[in-house]
Amino acid sequence: MNVYALFAQLLELVIALLLAPLLTGWVNQCRAWLQNRSAPPLLQTYYTLSKLFHKDVLIAHNASSLFRAAPYIIFACMALASAIVPTLSTELIFAPAADAIALVGLFALARVFIALAGMDVGTSFGSMGSRREMLVGFLAEPALLMVFFTASLISQSTSLSTIVDTLAHSEFAIYPSLAFAGVAFTMVSLAENARVPIDNPTTHLELTMIHEAMILEYSGRHLALIEWASSLKLFAYSCLGLALFFPFGIPATAEPAALSFALAILVVKLAMGGAALALIETLNAKLRIFRAPEFLGTAFLLAVLAMLVHLLLEAGP
Amino acid sequence: MTALGWLAIGVVGVAFPRRFTLISRVLFPLGAAFGLVLALLALNAIGSDAQVRILALGLPDLPFHLRLDALSAFFLFLLGVTGAGISIYAAGYLRKGEGTAPGLHCLLYHLFLFSMAFVMLADDGYAFMVAWETMALSSFFLVTSEHRHAEIRRAGYLYLLIAHIGAVGILLSFGVMAGSAGDYTFDAMRDFSTLGIWPTIAFLLALFGFGAKAGLLPLHVWLPEAHPAAPSPVSAMMSGVMLKTAIYGLLRVAFDLLHAQLWWWGVLLLVIGLGSALFGVIFAAVQTDMKRLLAYSSIENIGLIAVGCGLALVFKSFLLPNLAALALTATLYHCLNHAFFKSLLFLCTGSVLHATGERNLGKLGGLIHRMPWVAWLALVGVLASAGLPPLNGFVSEWLLLQSFLFTSGLPHGYLNMLLPVVAGAIALIAALAGFAMVKFFGIVFLGQPREEKLSAAHDAGRLERIGLLWLAAGCVLLGILPNLVITLLDPVTRQLVGGGLAATAASHGWWLLAPISEDRASYSPAIFLGSIAVFMPLVFWLVRRRFHGRLTRVAPWDCGFPLQTSRMQDTAEGFGQPIRRIFSPFLRRSGEHPSPFDVTPRYSSRVEDPFWYWLYLPIARLVAYGTRLIAFLQQVRIAIYLLYSFITLLVLLVVPRG
Repeated sequence: MNVYALFAQLLELVIALLLAPLLTGWVNQCRAWLQNRSAPPLLQTYYTLSKLFHKDVLIAHNASSLFRAAPYIIFACMALASAIVPTLSTELIFAPAADAIALVGLFALARVFIALAGMDVGTSFGSMGSRREMLVGFLAEPALLMVFFTASLISQSTSLSTIVDTLAHSEFAIYPSLAFAGVAFTMVSLAENARVPIDNPTTHLELTMIHEAMILEYSGRHLALIEWASSLKLFAYSCLGLALFFPFGIPATAEPAALSFALAILVVKLAMGGAALALIETLNAKLRIFRAPEFLGTAFLLAVLAMLVHLLLEAGP
Repeated sequence: MTALGWLAIGVVGVAFPRRFTLISRVLFPLGAAFGLVLALLALNAIGSDAQVRILALGLPDLPFHLRLDALSAFFLFLLGVTGAGISIYAAGYLRKGEGTAPGLHCLLYHLFLFSMAFVMLADDGYAFMVAWETMALSSFFLVTSEHRHAEIRRAGYLYLLIAHIGAVGILLSFGVMAGSAGDYTFDAMRDFSTLGIWPTIAFLLALFGFGAKAGLLPLHVWLPEAHPAAPSPVSAMMSGVMLKTAIYGLLRVAFDLLHAQLWWWGVLLLVIGLGSALFGVIFAAVQTDMKRLLAYSSIENIGLIAVGCGLALVFKSFLLPNLAALALTATLYHCLNHAFFKSLLFLCTGSVLHATGERNLGKLGGLIHRMPWVAWLALVGVLASAGLPPLNGFVSEWLLLQSFLFTSGLPHGYLNMLLPVVAGAIALIAALAGFAMVKFFGIVFLGQPREEKLSAAHDAGRLERIGLLWLAAGCVLLGILPNLVITLLDPVTRQLVGGGLAATAASHGWWLLAPISEDRASYSPAIFLGSIAVFMPLVFWLVRRRFHGRLTRVAPWDCGFPLQTSRMQDTAEGFGQPIRRIFSPFLRRSGEHPSPFDVTPRYSSRVEDPFWYWLYLPIARLVAYGTRLIAFLQQVRIAIYLLYSFITLLVLLVVPRG
């Protein structure tokens, strides 16, 4: 542990907190362009957050303290998650604190709290959203873990820093298994971040909502925290995907020069990733909720296939 | 010996059957104190050498042998530390005029505790079976303490039946291991090296016998019947501790008494465990009775424990002691975790049951307002049971997944391909457990009260709170301090598989769990909890300071339809609908769905255990058929019966001669 690692860790956390709404805004802008609409400003997400923070909070009469605590818990979970993912450097203070499995657990913790908060007021939509969210969750989680396991078997470690180090800095090798895993990971990320084709982040039609239905009762600063946490989640997943499948440019040290270079590369990669996400969302239609198991089942099978490909072809005797 | 203390308490209890205050305020807390003492003694004994003692009781040529080694000490610790919490809760839970007379209840309860301790100490087949049967009988009487209800009698009978079928398996297994020498001490069984097929037969019989007690597929059917029937502290004791005696027995036979483990034993156990876990969690997610939900969740957890045992057996059979130690550590850790969180949850259902008189999820709701203590402590149990960091359930699942990642290095052609994929199934089980637990907590404690009478619900009493707090604190501490637990488990894994994790675990400090090496995998629950605990108030303070803290209470959004009642909330059936739909091939469903033109529409949905129809009812029909066949013996004339006696006598006289 040294000063640079501490600095890199803090920088990464601050960058994640500040850049996450920008990524959401960028995706929305790209999508508007692709769909031939006039795009909202790039900074629209920040304006919305600021507006929500200034507004009064309205909560239901029978909302419990769990309802009021949940936004803070979810925000803390997502901030911790984005601090764990190695985006700017693999030399981080928090890196030993959580490996890939613990990261999945952290996402699950946030999901359970948001689902419980959705059930707290006792409206039908909240509870319906919660059960759908848990449905998507239990379908996506195994697939996500299998993706991580494939990467772990390649690098003989579940520590994210070691995985990224192995993939980015060891001698160049092509892993066919990672191609399958990459597709599976993309599908899981779409589902986990409430994106088309599983959920539509812009919908306000109650019967089709998942994520929006759960947070229907939130307003003001609570809603702002939840929206910000969603942006952080998208940011963390994007960085995770980039770190696993396009790890080039993530330095193994935490020298300031390396960090600034990594930051520039990260911004470019995220911009491209965001545009790709907007493209996927534009090209697909939302699936009915009971097609979600097929979609995520495919993701799981692809992840299993990735692992088998690795075990059959890549694991040397 | 502390265990005798429990027996003494029971006897005192039965001596004053009507002194309610004495029993609930003195004897049960005293039992809890004895539990703590037992836990401390066991903690001390884990690290030290095995102690052997021979009692002057038992058969003339086979006195009771007792032995306290690391394995039994660990399970005694589990019994003592969980039992302490449950006993103190039971002291507050006991009500006048409910179920069995308090004195008798006190005797049975403490006899149950005593017999479980004796099971873990027994060092010969005879003492083990005596203790095992005492345990089964005392728990049977505890289950049927509300014996005036026919369904509870039926549940108790089913439990007794399966317990005894299992006991026969265990007895036969001891018989095989004792061999022709007929020496039933465990020492003799360890030394006696049977060859050929006999170890396998002994293992399979033991798996059958202990599997029946643990609730492994397909002998699980008694769990969802007996747990709801029993009073809640008894359910907690049975699910949290008694199921672990079966795991203890299985470990004792498979790792200690038998030597040459074959790899396919492990695979068999793993497959059965995986099936039980998947089955249990799917059924937990569709239950509508809160105690049945928890009972199915117990089947899931026992399944995961069996998977861990199986994996440890596989590793041991390939002579990989350190990996076997990793898998076994995960298993034993999960035993301890499950004892804590499942007892906690069962006790919470007990408080809910006392406060509302309802077990049906569809008639509960909104209890977090009326019962904040129970609700928040139940939340700890729910998060632990869903396997979420930083609580204890996550640590053991993490260790189990880590040990699966090593299976790709197994020197066997197919296992190294198939076993890593099992990790995906484990992840699915964990995620489904999250679904079931969100359903449990959300329907019972959140939302609006679904019935009028719920507004009169009261929170748990002081003694009950102490018991719940004790168990919840255990869930948190076991989650935060994994290295301490691993150091504790080290002597046990050294005894059973000859490897341990304490050396690597201790080299990283108390806060970082890195069982193999820091490069390979690490997890620090303390940092998790610490950073969430720092981040939350920080954000709260910043938001309040930078903006404002204004808050107005309004009516919830009703979508422009103001005629909603609290009965229109999502129900337990509704919440389980995605599971029913996705896993419909595995479920046996029935129900009525009204058409739009029904004058008196009725909606019902039932999910039944398919094993009843696939396995138990055919067997029952077969037995009934067989009994009809031999019923012709039953002629109603005394001369015929005298003839039977005469023939029997003749046969008995002739056969030994020949």
